[in-house]
Amino acid sequence: MKAAVLVFPGSNCDRDLGVAFEQAGFDVSMVWHKDTELPSGIDIVGVPGGFSYGDYLRCGAIAANSPITQSLKTHADRGGYVIGICNGFQILTETGMLPGALLQNAGLKYICKTVGLKVETSQSSFTEGYNAGDTLEIPIAHHEGNYFADDEVISRLQGEDRVAFTYTDNPNGAKADIAGVLSENRRVLGMMPHPERAADIGHGGTDGTALFRALQGALTPA
Amino acid sequence: MKARVHVMLKTGVLDPQGEAVRHALGALGFDGVNGVRQGKVIELDLKDGTSEDSITSMCEKLLANTVIESYHVEVM
Repeated sequence: MKAAVLVFPGSNCDRDLGVAFEQAGFDVSMVWHKDTELPSGIDIVGVPGGFSYGDYLRCGAIAANSPITQSLKTHADRGGYVIGICNGFQILTETGMLPGALLQNAGLKYICKTVGLKVETSQSSFTEGYNAGDTLEIPIAHHEGNYFADDEVISRLQGEDRVAFTYTDNPNGAKADIAGVLSENRRVLGMMPHPERAADIGHGGTDGTALFRALQGALTPA
Repeated sequence: MKARVHVMLKTGVLDPQGEAVRHALGALGFDGVNGVRQGKVIELDLKDGTSEDSITSMCEKLLANTVIESYHVEVM
């Protein structure tokens, strides 16, 4: 299985995400934002955390219009898998690949700590290594992680079992405690917490490992 | 020609920065500030004759995120 990790100016979780994919058995290519094509045969694209383009205008707004992003959309449109973490989640909402938007944390502070994360569904290739209802310990590190969508979108996400993760103790004001959501075809996941920072004993926790391992086992080529 | 784009969080979207400013004004002794909403102003220096449709398209595609923000264009 092949994974690509996008690298924007200001990305800073790209290498961690690459290592997490590698440890789960993926061949990993790092892809610079100015490239216009993903390498051939890519099964999953990781959009990493960080501060792409310095978070100018809005977090993820410039990256959402960067050359590689068109290729990312094409990959998703033909049923390819995508995971966006933190700034990657912000980028996926800015492109419209996932619904909603990430607002500034309700408490106005940047929050960097490990939080409790409840697995809301195991019905996706990302979460099938967990049981619905499991509680994980995964770090967050963000200033704009307050998930917002209008009530209609929130109930549609809940009704379609597309809320992947919720916070056990909401740190940022996210609506309905939402920490991660799935696309309609369940092949695009965006989440604020960082599973790639809980994927090695050296990280102090390995609750994120099952996500990457499950992906390696589950992906069906697009 | 120039255009000024005002971008604001939509009504109903929490604006924690605006709230913090409101509290600060209260702490300075300014009574009666019932609410503060903070937005941004983007000034565009444009080729003469740029159509309003084109400016609207800039707003929709990049300058505002219409999931959470509303915008208003002022051509000067």
